[in-house]
Amino acid sequence: MGPYFDASRPGPFAGGAGSSGCPAPPHPAGFMGRQTPSFADFLASYSPGLLPGRFSTAAPGLAGGGTPGPAVRDLPHGTTIVAVTCDHGVVLAGDRRATAGSMIAKRDVEKVFRSDEFSAVGVAGTGSVGIEFVRLFQVELEHYEKMEGRALSLEGKANRLAWMIRGNLAAAMQGLVVVPLFVGYDEDAGVGRIFSYDVAGGPYQEKDFYAIGSGSVFARGSLKKLYAENMPARDGVLACVQALYDAADDDSATGGPDLPRRIFPVIATVTRDGFRKLPEAESEEIAQQVVRERMSRPDGPAAVLRASS
Amino acid sequence: MAIPFYVPPEQQVRDKANYARSGVSRGRSCVVLKYADGILMVAPNPSTTLRKISELYDRIAFAAVGRYNEYENLRKAGVTYADVTGYQYDRHDVTARGIANWYAQTLGEIFTQSIKPFEVEIVVAEVGDRPEDDQIFRITFDGSVTDEPGFVAFGGQADQVSAALKERYSDGMSLAQAFAAALAALAAPARGNGEAGGERADVTASQLEVAVLDRTREHRMFRRIRGASLEGLLAEARASQAGRSGDGAPGGSAGP
Repeated sequence: MGPYFDASRPGPFAGGAGSSGCPAPPHPAGFMGRQTPSFADFLASYSPGLLPGRFSTAAPGLAGGGTPGPAVRDLPHGTTIVAVTCDHGVVLAGDRRATAGSMIAKRDVEKVFRSDEFSAVGVAGTGSVGIEFVRLFQVELEHYEKMEGRALSLEGKANRLAWMIRGNLAAAMQGLVVVPLFVGYDEDAGVGRIFSYDVAGGPYQEKDFYAIGSGSVFARGSLKKLYAENMPARDGVLACVQALYDAADDDSATGGPDLPRRIFPVIATVTRDGFRKLPEAESEEIAQQVVRERMSRPDGPAAVLRASS
Repeated sequence: MAIPFYVPPEQQVRDKANYARSGVSRGRSCVVLKYADGILMVAPNPSTTLRKISELYDRIAFAAVGRYNEYENLRKAGVTYADVTGYQYDRHDVTARGIANWYAQTLGEIFTQSIKPFEVEIVVAEVGDRPEDDQIFRITFDGSVTDEPGFVAFGGQADQVSAALKERYSDGMSLAQAFAAALAALAAPARGNGEAGGERADVTASQLEVAVLDRTREHRMFRRIRGASLEGLLAEARASQAGRSGDGAPGGSAGP
């Protein structure tokens, strides 16, 4: 093919259009012979500036030192995400609040996303970087599927996300922390599974249920008492909403159901039928039910004290 | 050092074009046509892994004939182009027109600059919200693009298949009707030449690669039709075909 596919030749695609995030218009040959199943890998060589979290270290508030500047602290942060495995599937839910320092930055933010047909991802941490990560992860999974003609295994997807989060470590150390919670339906095993991460990557496979974000301590405590093995998806959804209520009850950064504004948690299920985001009417109904019950018992459902009795 | 013989550029281009054209026509035809709910793509292909038809993006599909390694390379480059554009801007900003232009530039440059042109012909189809918005682009080995009205047959004995398809095509056909038309068109060269080329009329599901861009689907509209659903569609198409020939309308008049 002559010099046509020589990726080493100089030009806009020879590896790095700088960090402007705005590469020159595609040269016809630019995409030929350079395809990889990983979209993120391609992007790293095509235009690294398009990758999330690639901020110039010269940016104020990000320079060198270990303590994030006030600008970073005041970026909107997403808070609590919960996940519960259920009968042949998994439920993922998130509250709607984003905080900037001690202020509420946004009341109706969405932090739970479809990543592909059989998986979903929720993000806590710096909102803007989180959204970029989700977008990249969505393209990454679809790109692999189209390139290879088959979808990645659930572990493959979880590992890919770990690799992406690890790539953000430097930015995380400067305050731009993003921590995802990844759930999916394992088509081979026929079960739902949960994977958690830390700022350096992961994944850690979680058993039964998990929560991340500022309200996660309270949500996890709540789920401990509410979780039952192989519960139907509907019960899993209810457990998630209860846990989010408990998180909002004790954590100022987590938002509870906002009745006057009709803002309710975002809830998604991933089962053998694929990803499904609950329509707003459905999540409203469940949230309203939880609120009604809490009118008579503000601390929520009581756990059985003596298992034997 | 031996001085190469002078070859006039006209001759060079003609030779390359003949070479590529004969490469493309050696294979089998592929058919892409609109139907009421989207766009149907049919290619005779016994392989279940080496695809001729595939998804490029949410609403956009790719079909190709010719050399596998060459069009597979083009397909992957197209997926990358679409994904980069969609990631950089928005999913709505990826259009068949943009991809077709990109293919045209790429193939045109390869045709003029390299000694061996690509022996491929490709189609990029996009399904719109309404049937009027559907688009089918055909790009040939030298980078020419044409905007096809409602159907296109390419590769193999494209002229005969195309003529047969033109006879049967009409706007707003159902999926089964469109599929029957595609099958009859693909079988046209066989009837014309006495089984010399083209597909036999009694083709089985395992010999066909069939996919649709279905506007009634959500998010990703590309769907392969295979296994039981292809058998069903085949039976439905045969039934409608039988009704048609019962009316005394012979289908094989398209061949020379």
